[in-house]
Amino acid sequence: MTLASLLATPSELTDTASSKCAIVLMTRIRLARNLAGKSFPGWAKEKERNAILAACRDAVSATTQMKRSVSTTVDDLSDLEKQILVERHLISRELSGAKSGAGVIISKDQAFSVMINEEDHLRIQTMRAGFQLKKTWNAINDLDSALEDKLDYAFSPTLGYLTACPTNLGTGMRASAMMHLPALVISSQMEKVVRAVNQLGMVVRGLFGEGSDASGSIFQISNQTTLGESEEDIIKRLGSVLNSIIEHEVNARARLMENEASKLSDKIGRAYGILQNCHLLSSGEAMNLLSLVRLGIDLGMFPDDSRGVIDRLFIEAQPGHIQHTTKHDLESNERDTLRAEKLRTEFASFSKPNFSHNSQN
Amino acid sequence: MASPLKCDLCTKPATVHLTQIVNNKVHKVDLCEACAQAKGVTDPSGFSLADLLLKASLTPEATVAEGLRCEHCGFTQTDFKKHGRFGCPHCYDTFKGMIEPMLDNMHKGTTHTGKVPHKALDRKLLTDRLSKLEGNLDDAIKSERYEDAARFRDEIHQVKQTFGQKLTS
Repeated sequence: MTLASLLATPSELTDTASSKCAIVLMTRIRLARNLAGKSFPGWAKEKERNAILAACRDAVSATTQMKRSVSTTVDDLSDLEKQILVERHLISRELSGAKSGAGVIISKDQAFSVMINEEDHLRIQTMRAGFQLKKTWNAINDLDSALEDKLDYAFSPTLGYLTACPTNLGTGMRASAMMHLPALVISSQMEKVVRAVNQLGMVVRGLFGEGSDASGSIFQISNQTTLGESEEDIIKRLGSVLNSIIEHEVNARARLMENEASKLSDKIGRAYGILQNCHLLSSGEAMNLLSLVRLGIDLGMFPDDSRGVIDRLFIEAQPGHIQHTTKHDLESNERDTLRAEKLRTEFASFSKPNFSHNSQN
Repeated sequence: MASPLKCDLCTKPATVHLTQIVNNKVHKVDLCEACAQAKGVTDPSGFSLADLLLKASLTPEATVAEGLRCEHCGFTQTDFKKHGRFGCPHCYDTFKGMIEPMLDNMHKGTTHTGKVPHKALDRKLLTDRLSKLEGNLDDAIKSERYEDAARFRDEIHQVKQTFGQKLTS
């Protein structure tokens, strides 16, 4: 399989239309693993990095999960390709800026990706659309066990999997959920939620991880600690935190509908109007408008099956994806024109909002 | 409870309490959330680790570790302070005294209770045993202890058989 055909296929994440719990866009788990006796990527000399890359690529490509996959090195990727992979959460920003001797293997369905020589020798990742912590853990656990057959992991009985940064020691696992929390944002409760979640040993980040902003009211919630608790316990704890965030978001939505129904309908209606008629649209604004329409879908103002379209556009409205639709290099304002054009076309056939259940109040 | 501390920059209640040691002098700052954010104190990636390192460097073990160098990869404690990452898996043995107090602050516990890569560990045990036996065999042949050599040869054969089974299982 080639990278070009992979990029032409929509991301795994765009398939949440069937998901029962619309508030969680996707579940993602990554495991940090290293080879015994080898220097970590940040410290290894180029020759050692290349040897590790070759050994890991062979082992990863040989697993059944990666039977039909794309395997490439960072040096072979163009800047645009790297950006698109970052926008799809298939590689990290850190990998896209890595020195030579780094690479990635991505499964055909884009559910698995294994980064090599990022911060650790291996960063194994699995993504699933929707709220699927257990399924995602089972999938990544299987891939990790398959790799363990072929590679000697650095492991200590007391400290667990040994990682370049001591914050990842133990399980080496970061489990996270990408959540759409527009009502908590609109009602200014997000700061409170972040503080509470932090106290429970979980971390809240923006859409693209550390340091990114939460455009589109999308947040990533993940475990902070990795040592002293089993993978199952971490997942259980994260799951209950996520459930309580969902509950808060649902309550916030109900309160908004009760107290500020016309204000909320106005926001959603305007977002729909702009998406249908705009001619210049930045990616940040696009995310916020799409987020409002998505909220409208959850509130029954648009048909349920249109949620998949929004989730696809969340990714396709990103700068790299917009640039990818055309051959020549775009300036930022040209990109905004093209983005507006794309969304106008998509929303020309999008069903009209139905606010009837509000006017009854 | 005592009355809450006030922010050093404005008058709101302080929720962020920062202790910095500059030139061996302790500086304490109390900030409200807004001011802390404006000053970049709450940046989770940059800050928490620096804070943890600060705590770790206050413990006596850390002073002993000063000047240590990992014999496997040449990594030093100064390198860790600079990068916040270790050089190789062996560094966790070398810098044990420095890491242990850090882990308490950083994680829920200090002992791993999760997944264990049993297959990889078994395999390593067997390869280690095999290379030791092969060394013994060489020595025995060189010093013409043929009875010993025969015993080592049989043992090697046995280990290889188990090794084969482990690999295919």
